[in-house]
Amino acid sequence: MAQLTYLEAIRDGLQAEMRRDNTVFVIGEDIGVYGGAFGITKGFLEEFGPWRVIDAPLAETANVGASVGAAVMGMRPVVEMQFGDFVTDAMTQVVHMAAKFHWRTRHPLPLVIRMPYGGDVKGGPFHSQCMEAWFVHTPGLKVVAPAFAEDAKGLLIAAIRDPNPVMYFEHKHLYRYRREEVPDGEFVTPIGRARIVREGTAVSLFSYGWMLHKCLQAAEQVAPEGIATEVVDLRSLLPLDRDAILSSARKTSKALIVHEATRTGGVGAEVAALIAEEAFDALDGPVVRLASEDTPVPHSPVLEAAFQPQVAEIAEAIRRLAAY
Amino acid sequence: MGAIRVASTTNETLTSNDLLEMLYYMRLQRAVEDRGIKLYYQGLIPGAYFTGWGHEAIVVGATYALAPEDLIAPMHRDLAAYIMRGIPVRRVFAQFLDREGGLSWGRDGNVHMGDPRLGVFPFISHMAASVPVAAGMALACRQRGETRVVMTFFGDGATSTGAWHEGVNFAAVFHLPVVLILENNQYAYTTPLDRQTAANALVDKAPGYGIPGVAVDGNDVWAVFAAAREAVARARRGEGPTLIECRTMRVRGHSEADRYSYVPKALLDEWAARDPIALFERRLRDDGVLAPEADRAMQERIAQEIEEGLAWAEASPEPDPESVAEGVYAEPDEV
Repeated sequence: MAQLTYLEAIRDGLQAEMRRDNTVFVIGEDIGVYGGAFGITKGFLEEFGPWRVIDAPLAETANVGASVGAAVMGMRPVVEMQFGDFVTDAMTQVVHMAAKFHWRTRHPLPLVIRMPYGGDVKGGPFHSQCMEAWFVHTPGLKVVAPAFAEDAKGLLIAAIRDPNPVMYFEHKHLYRYRREEVPDGEFVTPIGRARIVREGTAVSLFSYGWMLHKCLQAAEQVAPEGIATEVVDLRSLLPLDRDAILSSARKTSKALIVHEATRTGGVGAEVAALIAEEAFDALDGPVVRLASEDTPVPHSPVLEAAFQPQVAEIAEAIRRLAAY
Repeated sequence: MGAIRVASTTNETLTSNDLLEMLYYMRLQRAVEDRGIKLYYQGLIPGAYFTGWGHEAIVVGATYALAPEDLIAPMHRDLAAYIMRGIPVRRVFAQFLDREGGLSWGRDGNVHMGDPRLGVFPFISHMAASVPVAAGMALACRQRGETRVVMTFFGDGATSTGAWHEGVNFAAVFHLPVVLILENNQYAYTTPLDRQTAANALVDKAPGYGIPGVAVDGNDVWAVFAAAREAVARARRGEGPTLIECRTMRVRGHSEADRYSYVPKALLDEWAARDPIALFERRLRDDGVLAPEADRAMQERIAQEIEEGLAWAEASPEPDPESVAEGVYAEPDEV
C-alpha cells in the first residue's frame, strides 16, 4: 500500500496500464512535454515516447475522433480533456461515433475520455461544470466518477480494459485533497458497483465525487444526535448499481441523493425514480434530492458556496428525513 | 477481375484488365443504386435513399489506388468503394431493406454501413465526422509502424465543418498516411458551393494546412486514379496527407425524396452529357479494350449479381423485436 493523492493514484493507474499493455496511449493538449495542466502525465513522454504520449493540437473533435479511429484499429486510447467542460467541442465524436459504434458494428471500441470536472476550484462557468448526466443519457457509454484515490486508480484501470467508451470523471477538487492508501500494482474496481462507505440504519445517502466527502462530514455531524446515516458511494453512474441502491434504500426506508451537478435532469432524478419504482413499498419518507442550483457555475467563491450543497444543508436534510 | 490488386506506385500503366475492372465497379454501383431506386419507389426501403449517380469515377478511381491492407472511411455516395473493399452486394441490399442480413442488422439504415473487420469505417450522418476518425486510424498504423494508408471521402459541404478542419489539420500536423478525397458535386442538399466557401476553389484550402492539393476532373476515372495513386504513394512513404478535389456534379437529388428543382437545368444537362460511365465506356471502346462480347458478359454478370443479391436480401428475415436491447455494449471477451 502506498499513500497517494487522488491525482497520484490516477497517474499510478495510467502508468501501470501503459507499462502492461503497449496498445494503451494517452493523447491531449499539453500532456507531453509539460505533463498536463494538472501534471497527471508528468514524466510519461520520457518513459513512453511521443507516439504514446501525444501532445495534440487544440482540437477536441480531432483528439476524440482520432482516438475513435485508433480504437477501431485495436489501440486503447486515453484522451485527456484539459477540462471536462471542453468535451462539448467533441460531442459528435463522443455521442454519435463512439457511443453507437458497437451497436452499429458489433465491434468493440475501447476508449477512455478523462474528464477533470467539478467546482470549488474557482474555475467559473467554463471550468467547473459537472456534465455527467449528459453522458448517462447516452446509451453505449459507461460513466464512472471515483471519490477516493483507491477507486481513482481501480476505476481507471477498469475503464482502460473495458471494450466500450468510458467517460471517466475525475474531480479536480479531490486531486490534492488528502493522501489515502492505494494498493500497489494492478487492481481493478469493477464498473457498475457502488460501495457502502459508512454503514447506517436511519437514512441512506447516495452520492459520488467531491460531494461524497461532504456527505460523510454531514453523517458525522448528525451521528451524536443518534442518527445512523448510511453513505453509499455510487462510483459508477452508467450503469448504476441498482441492487446496491435498492438494498440500501430498503434497509433504511429513507433515501437522500446528493450531487454537485445541477438538480434538474441530474443523476439524482434517475436514482430517485429507480427507488420510487422498485422500492416504494419499503419507503418511510419522500425520496429527497440535494443538488446545485439550476444555474451556470458562478465564479465568485461566495456565489459558488451558495450554488453547491453544503455540509450543513446535507445534515439538515438528513435530520428532516430521519424524523419521518 | 475479382480481388483488388496493388496499384503501381511507379509509371506502370493500367492493364486492360484493370480498366475493365474499374468499369465493372462503376457499372455495378450504378446498377445496384438503380435497383435501389426502384425498391425505394415501391416503398420497400424504409426511410431515405441516397445514390452516388455521377460520382462513380471518383469512387472507383480513388479506391482502385489502394492496396489490400489499406483502409477506407467512405461517405454516402461511394457504394462501389464498400463493395471493392469486400462488402458483398447481397448485404448491401439487406442493409437497404433493414434486414437481419444487413451490415447493421437493422440498427442503422441505407448507406450508414461498413465493416471494421474489412477496414471499412461506417459513415454517419454528420458530415466530415469520419475525417478525424480516418486520421486516428492512420495514427494507429503509424504507432505500430505499419505502412498502411487510410483514404477518406467527403463532399463540398463537409469542408465547411469544424470536424473537417480539425481532422485535416490533425492528419497534417502528424504527417499521417491519409488521402483526402473531396467529392465536389457543387451542391450540399440545396446549398450551392458559393454558400460554402469564399475561396476560389476548395483545393486552395490545402496550402493552409501545409499539405499538397490537386484538383482533377471527377468524371474522368483515369485522372482520379492517377492522382489517388500518387497521393497513396506519398502517404505510404510517410510524407503525409494529400487533398484531392474531384470536380463533378450531383445529377440527382440529395436523396430520392429531393426533386432538386433548385438546380439550374442547363447545369444538369451539361453534366448529364458528361456521365462518367458513358465517358469511360466510349474511351475503352475507342481503345479496343471493351470488346462487344466482353461488354455483354460484364453486363450479364452484373445483372445476375443484382438479382442474386436482392433475392438473398429479400429472403433475409426482419430483425427480431426481442433483440432490440442487444448489442449496445461490447462484452469483455469480445475482440
